[in-house]
Amino acid sequence: MSWITARRRHPAAGYVVVALVLILIGGGYAVATGGRAAASSPVAANAAQIAQGRSLFVENCATCHGLYAEGVNGQAPSLIGVGAAAVDFQVSTGRMPAAEIGAENVRKPPHLTPAQTHAVAAYIQSLGGGPPIPSAAQVSTAGADTGLGQRLFVANCAACHNFVGAGGALTYGKFAPPLTASTPTQIYEAMVTGPEAMPAFNDLTVTPQEKRDIIAYVTNVRSLPNPGGFSLGRVGPVTEGLVAFLGLLFFLVLAALWITVKHGKAHE
Amino acid sequence: MSNNPSGQPGSGDSGEQSWPEYLSSRESRGSFGPGESSAESEGSVPPRRVIGTPPPATARTMLADHGDGGAAQTARELPAEPPDPVKAKKAELIVAACFLIAMLAGFGFLVAYGLIGVGSVTDAQHSNLWLGGTLSLVLLLLGAGAVIWVRNIMPPVEQTEARHPLRSTDADREAFKETFEEGAETSQFVKRPLIRRTLIAATVPLAVAPLVLLRDMGPLPGTSLDHTVWRKGRRLVVYGTGRPITPGEFSSPGSIISVAPEGFQDDDDAMAKAAVIIIKFRPEELQPPTVLPWTVNDIVAYSKICTHVGCPAALYEQTTHHILCPCHQSTFDAARGATVLFGPATRPLPQLPMGLDSQGFLIATSDFHEPVGPSFWERS
Amino acid sequence: MSVERALESTGNWLDDRLHGARGVRVLLRKVFPDHWSFLLGEVVLYSFIILLLTGTFLTLWFQPSMTDVIYHGSYLPLRGVRMSEAYQSTLHISFDVRGGLLIRQIHHWAADLFMAGIFAHMLRIFFTGAYRKPREINWLIGIVLLTLGLLEGLFGYSLPDDLLSGAGLRILEGVIQSIPIVGSYVAFFLFGGAFPGHLIVPRLYILHVLLIPGLILALVSVHLFLMFHQKHTQMPGKGRTNENVVGAPTYPYFMAKTGAFFFFVFGALTVAGTFIQINPIWLYGPFNPVAMSAGSQPDFYMGMLEGALRVMPAWQWVFFGHTFAFNVFIPALVPLGLVFTLAAIWPFLEQWITGDRREHHVNDRPRNAPTRTALGISVITFYGILWAEGANDLFANFFDVPLYWITWAARVGIFVGPALAYIITKRICIGLQRKDNHLIEHGVETGIIRQLPGGEFIEETRPVSDEALAILLSRSDYPALPAAETPETAVPPSKMRGGLGRVRERFYKVLTETAPAPEVNGHAIGHGNGHAVEGNGQGHTAISAGAGPASADASEEDH
Repeated sequence: MSWITARRRHPAAGYVVVALVLILIGGGYAVATGGRAAASSPVAANAAQIAQGRSLFVENCATCHGLYAEGVNGQAPSLIGVGAAAVDFQVSTGRMPAAEIGAENVRKPPHLTPAQTHAVAAYIQSLGGGPPIPSAAQVSTAGADTGLGQRLFVANCAACHNFVGAGGALTYGKFAPPLTASTPTQIYEAMVTGPEAMPAFNDLTVTPQEKRDIIAYVTNVRSLPNPGGFSLGRVGPVTEGLVAFLGLLFFLVLAALWITVKHGKAHE
Repeated sequence: MSNNPSGQPGSGDSGEQSWPEYLSSRESRGSFGPGESSAESEGSVPPRRVIGTPPPATARTMLADHGDGGAAQTARELPAEPPDPVKAKKAELIVAACFLIAMLAGFGFLVAYGLIGVGSVTDAQHSNLWLGGTLSLVLLLLGAGAVIWVRNIMPPVEQTEARHPLRSTDADREAFKETFEEGAETSQFVKRPLIRRTLIAATVPLAVAPLVLLRDMGPLPGTSLDHTVWRKGRRLVVYGTGRPITPGEFSSPGSIISVAPEGFQDDDDAMAKAAVIIIKFRPEELQPPTVLPWTVNDIVAYSKICTHVGCPAALYEQTTHHILCPCHQSTFDAARGATVLFGPATRPLPQLPMGLDSQGFLIATSDFHEPVGPSFWERS
Repeated sequence: MSVERALESTGNWLDDRLHGARGVRVLLRKVFPDHWSFLLGEVVLYSFIILLLTGTFLTLWFQPSMTDVIYHGSYLPLRGVRMSEAYQSTLHISFDVRGGLLIRQIHHWAADLFMAGIFAHMLRIFFTGAYRKPREINWLIGIVLLTLGLLEGLFGYSLPDDLLSGAGLRILEGVIQSIPIVGSYVAFFLFGGAFPGHLIVPRLYILHVLLIPGLILALVSVHLFLMFHQKHTQMPGKGRTNENVVGAPTYPYFMAKTGAFFFFVFGALTVAGTFIQINPIWLYGPFNPVAMSAGSQPDFYMGMLEGALRVMPAWQWVFFGHTFAFNVFIPALVPLGLVFTLAAIWPFLEQWITGDRREHHVNDRPRNAPTRTALGISVITFYGILWAEGANDLFANFFDVPLYWITWAARVGIFVGPALAYIITKRICIGLQRKDNHLIEHGVETGIIRQLPGGEFIEETRPVSDEALAILLSRSDYPALPAAETPETAVPPSKMRGGLGRVRERFYKVLTETAPAPEVNGHAIGHGNGHAVEGNGQGHTAISAGAGPASADASEEDH
């Protein structure tokens, strides 16, 4: 009898089998869906890319946005004129394709690869123009003025996104998401296109250099270590107050109990 | 207690009692020392204490009231040694270990201070960790050592001390009353109303003087709350960059930007009232009570200062065209003259009348037509 | 040097000049009762001392000036930004002074702990009735200290002139401005003109480092002196009466314990200052009146005011050219004003209602004063709902609840919540009292099952130990209301006449409502007392020496 067969009645045998199957399925899925391809550059679209984008659009987006991106009333807006930037933002953050029509779409793992995303973006751009995907140079933060970025961010963005981009509540179940996971490109695109409830900041009002300054401030600050210790979410005094009560005071009550409890206290 | 006529402690159930009487009484009085169960107490009499004899494990004493007697103690009040010497010795070692580690941590603090510099966020983080970590150790170990010392090395003790009624005796009160009245009479204060009244009259202006001295703390508000620095012809500039704005640039529907009067963006006193937001709408979206003649190309300008208590209200939802103030959630409808939709604000955000200057830049055509910001008494 | 020689040399030197031997001896021998809840006041005291120590350190570098500067220091993201000198000096302390960030954080944590401790301490005093005569003065001093603490904290965290605290100052100015008649004047006087001006930070500075700490120090000294002079209260227990204090002497026990606790408080604050970031002003950025952040709240002890401002509907009244901004000055003045006023008059109100003017030195167990405890929980609920509303946008974001729902829930909750809390708490207290009665009358279940000759099974009980019995039996009795002068004519006594007298009678009934006292017959507790008080049908016997056949008979007598 083989080694495995001899142990088929071992108490742990069932668990081992389940674990193995799960690993197999999980691993197989990961392999099948493939890892992230190298970021492809949003070069000037060519006809092949647009065609690919068209077919991807029909597969993934047309059910809500209409066969020619004209929009469906009450379901999804028209995409004519939104530009490649909007598509790239929505799809690369995983917001689109939307899981459900709710108050707001949330960031989730993207459904399309970067190459596919650029293809769809190129297709939508070809329909009605709009803001293009920013180039790498446009979102580079080298030499940016974080001071100006701070001033602009805190005057225009912090009211929704919080001082450092930790996110905040809006009305009717909407919220401004945290900016911790956003790439510089996505931040640029969001500013330019104004996704969902977010207002738009076009390149003439907030110039590309100023946008780089804002991006530099956001990316800089979010990656700063917290010199004082755990950050408690960087949302301010509410979490600090909770720690003061539930942590400090509680610990000191425990210390007080230790100091004053009587030796061999008789029970009842 | 037997030879202490005054200051007799009022014990719970008996009056004057001599020490031998007390010791021989079988009623349970005072508390039992820790560790003793109730069964042991019944029928046992605490033995007499003599100088030099070590006390038993627990000391039960009714403290004699030596407060005003002044006599020296004849017997020990506190036991000299803890009940279990072996346990106490172990505890002593633990306490010593705590204090020794605390000392080492203290030296660690000094070394860390010397070696770890600051000057950047990361350096500050390291310095904070090392200085704080060592200091925490010192303090907590000192505390822990002290507690173990008290609980395990100092012999447990429970004493009873008498309280005295706080009320003074009638005799004392009477004496006080006499002294006070005598003094009042001697001072002639009561008997000579002319002195009394003129004294009071003399001090009244003096009492008011400190209040009057505060008058120059600040200027009177006058009508300053009714105005801002916006004037006819003053350009709107993007706050932070100072760039003037044309409608051709600010053209994406659903845009918003914070705006300052040209030249004032670094003047906080002015900006606290003059901060403005401009919002671009699609055609036909702006409705009354928005004053349409004050808009330019579907761009409307509102005061950014919330009419509730003055926070800048800059949260704008493009899809619902709500302006939400993040402080207390006052919500304004930007498409309809910033009327209040929810929240504690009572007034809509004032709208700034806008026009274009000769070069096509957005300008104000006058100051706001009403005071901006929070309500105040004189606001009609 | 041995203890004796030290006393002879230094001790005598001092005594020659100060006549201290007798007085200091009294202090050394003073007995301090022991209970963990008595250390809550020490949390406050030691936090205050730590605030003084760390605060002094900070003053060596802090610049209380609103003069604008352009930053060129160590914190890179803000280079080139215009800020006040106050903010710049705070950045300097945080990043360029060794130990600066640590001391700043300990200072701020100590401020939070000071306030948290005051709340805990005050509630302990309230729920145990330790504010009763002769301690009403100390209670009032405590409320003043609470108010001073609130102001001190508010002024303190506004000193760095960062965006978050500056927004708080803006709200303060808006609130002051809304006060009828004098509002705009007071606002202009405080800020030296329009907001923000350049005087508010230096003015708050001197209030924060000199005037208010001086007041607090003086009041705390009086508070402690009164506590020493009147002697601390004690928890009920065996041998503890209203005429004695049971515990351990100050020297060496209490000194050692309180010293240890000081190190714990300091240690806990240092741990927090090391490992948990607080008030990261560099992330907030310098104050500027055009900017605002989502999720802006004051420090937690101001949270009730913040919540009150958020919960208030938009009410105002414009009358003859003047605005009554109810939406602002009602939330600013009414909730806190109500709570503090009620707290301040409560000892006197309770005295008036119950007519109890005796000295009280033994604490109440909260369950033995059900109405008082229920009122306290009710106020805590009111306070707590407003507190939570102050963080409504964080709740909305974190728990995915629509923002306005939370405000509506709070609008309803501040009325419904306290009422519910009152009812529920009172019932719980009375239930606990009944449980205590049960223990007294029937003893403690031992888990030993015995079969009686008749066939029934009973669980043996043993009487409660003396220690526990003393605690269970400790109940304040209230003096009876003055009876009618002549029963026949039923003329109410002078103090009970008129509308006020009837109100007093009503309140008396409510305030003194408790579970009935335990039935204790003439025998020592636990002997043959098988009566079931509420006819619960459980016939069980108390087992103790000398019970004999009486207990078996008693067990048949179920009511």
